[in-house]
Amino acid sequence: MFHRESGYFKTSYKADMALYPLPIGKVAATGFVLLFLVVAPMVLDEYYLSIINIAAIAVVGALGLNILLGYTGQISIGHAAFMSVGAYTAANFAVHFDMPFWITLPAGGLMAAAIGTLVGLPSLRVKGLYLAIATLAAQFIIEWVLNHTPVISGGIQASIEMPRPVFFGTVLNTQSELYFFILPVTILAIIATLNLVRSRIGRAFVAIRDQDIAAEIIGINVYRYKLLAFAISSFYAGVTGVLYTYYFGIANYEAFQLPISIDYLAMCIIGGLGSVLGSIFGAVFITLLPIVIRVFMETVGVFFVDGVYLAQVIAQMRLILFGGLIIFFLVVEPDGLNKLWQNIRNYFRVWPFSY
Amino acid sequence: MRHVRIGLMAATVLAAAAFQAGTAMAGEIVVGIQCDRTGPTQTVGTFLCPGYHDYVKLVNSRGGIMGNKVRVMEIDHEYKVPPGMEAYQRFKKEGAVIVGIYGTPHTQALTPLLHEDKIPGTSPGFGSAAAANGEKYPYLFPIAATYWSQAAVGVKFAKEQLGGVLKGKKIAYIYYDNPAGREPLPILHKLRDMEGFELKEFAIPPPGVEMKVQVQDIARRYRADFVLNHTFGKAPSVSINEFTRQGYPLKKMIGFVWAAGESNIMGAGGWSKAQGFYVMQFAGAGSKYKVLDDIKALYKSEGKSAPKEMASTVYYNRGLMAAAVHLKGIENAVKAKGGSSKITGEDVKNGLEQVKDFSLGGILPPMTLTTKDHEGGGWVRVFQVQGDGFVPVSDWQHGYRETVMEMVTKGH
Repeated sequence: MFHRESGYFKTSYKADMALYPLPIGKVAATGFVLLFLVVAPMVLDEYYLSIINIAAIAVVGALGLNILLGYTGQISIGHAAFMSVGAYTAANFAVHFDMPFWITLPAGGLMAAAIGTLVGLPSLRVKGLYLAIATLAAQFIIEWVLNHTPVISGGIQASIEMPRPVFFGTVLNTQSELYFFILPVTILAIIATLNLVRSRIGRAFVAIRDQDIAAEIIGINVYRYKLLAFAISSFYAGVTGVLYTYYFGIANYEAFQLPISIDYLAMCIIGGLGSVLGSIFGAVFITLLPIVIRVFMETVGVFFVDGVYLAQVIAQMRLILFGGLIIFFLVVEPDGLNKLWQNIRNYFRVWPFSY
Repeated sequence: MRHVRIGLMAATVLAAAAFQAGTAMAGEIVVGIQCDRTGPTQTVGTFLCPGYHDYVKLVNSRGGIMGNKVRVMEIDHEYKVPPGMEAYQRFKKEGAVIVGIYGTPHTQALTPLLHEDKIPGTSPGFGSAAAANGEKYPYLFPIAATYWSQAAVGVKFAKEQLGGVLKGKKIAYIYYDNPAGREPLPILHKLRDMEGFELKEFAIPPPGVEMKVQVQDIARRYRADFVLNHTFGKAPSVSINEFTRQGYPLKKMIGFVWAAGESNIMGAGGWSKAQGFYVMQFAGAGSKYKVLDDIKALYKSEGKSAPKEMASTVYYNRGLMAAAVHLKGIENAVKAKGGSSKITGEDVKNGLEQVKDFSLGGILPPMTLTTKDHEGGGWVRVFQVQGDGFVPVSDWQHGYRETVMEMVTKGH
């Protein structure tokens, strides 16, 4: 409806492999980047920017888990633990060695990648639920180690106060300043993932997911790529942990416990496994839904409940609605929000001349 | 394409709900409190937060603070940090002049923000003990005995119980193995060196429901003369039963503030199972306080029965205490502004630091906040399980105050 898909002829391999084969893709992507980087910070209140900040950090983590879960088909319940590895690495580097964020970000990611590769080792032997338990063990082991190693975790409180990021002499304090720190990292992560999944590595991941024996037969080194998937996924998790640490101003393992790992699994599944857009949808959905439900209940609830009890009702209803909506969206479209979006897109693609 | 339409409809409804917001009206003062009614600490939050609301309701029913009504914004964060950060930003946007923080990681994450935004935050029972230092953390107010103060009272109480001399006595410290559980260790080590008692630490790994080995060790092998019990969640209930099973008398044990709720006793099987167990409280337990009668009367005048959350007096009263201190600080700020509702977080911070000997008929300790001491004196009252409730066995007290304050000033 909005654009034509015909009439674009590709005359080179390069054109055929472009990230956005149609001009509208390029226009839309540029438009979104401009919207978020230029328009949003100008019109939105600090509060809304803070929500975008939290959602943007979650997007990075969800992307990382989706590479492992959605593209390579390996499950991990230790994603939050890898975040804590990144968090403490960055905090130690920033506090003890006075490192700027452009070193701590990759350093946290790399350390998490190293630990993630180690944790990924069982994936060479076990699959599915068994691997889930193996990675669950990693979650607890990492938590325990951080809890009991003051050298890493900074003393009895197991928390390290993190200085705010400094960008060319400016301390990034406010939500809008942090916005310009977090969002570029998220955009970078999205672009990197988009490119990763259509590369040789990404195709190898998909081959392993779909049938690992067949993948091995066509010459993919399954062991290597499985570990690589764990490493890349953990790298993203580590970077997420560093972002959280800068955002919270503190590295503390209590912010990265098992329920957070489950949250990230939920983001991937609700958003859509094996899709970049799905990770973004999932992360935004899980982050925003409780807020939206609360605001909705605050508006509607006053008509039904007495003021003092409203808080109790909101808190409980939020959980009920949250669970209900997740089931609703998964029943409507088991392949996740991404598939739902594709359905909408396909519907309007030929609208009003469907069939 | 029915699915698409359903999806679109759902999206529209949610989007419509998202775009609405309110701001503070004239003559209205906004306070924000975080709460956990649905997360891992819901056994506390479900009772604590209604206490807060009811006290504010009581004050509002009497005309508010010099004619200004107080509006409470409560946001439940499930004890997760990102929603807690979002909640704080929301409070700030709505013009909250004081924020009640719920949760230790939240306290730590919000400390720099409170300072930057000049909004005072209170963290009774949460956060690090070093936050009592008002000069280092000007906008953070623990307003209740920190773990260091509790540990100091624990040692002092043990000394009294053991005949006034601790030298050569054996004290066991049983604690939940997380940062909050380990926090009292530095002060315990210091007091051990001062008093010359023997200290042995017993860690309970999360989730704290299995401690047979540790308790057996304390009761049979180590044969502790006194036990300091610093556990949370389900662990206190389990520990009460486990100590009883090993034949260790409960009257030789004192529980810190999070092992001191009605729910902990109920979890152990009721009052009869916990007779003699000593606990510390930073807000008075029980229901024999005038302010609680006033709240009941208020509900009665509306034709309603008293809120059922009141039955859990320990947590309810703690919520009430937080509200009382908040409103007292606001009252001081409003007074300083000649009755205007246009006060800032900074005004409330100054107002809080003028709170002096505020006890609200005994439900609070004689709280005095100063620019230096944001803990309010580090008061604790010891209660004992007797019959069907907690009975006070001491007056409000603090132990080794100079040692605690010295450590607070040093930061460790």
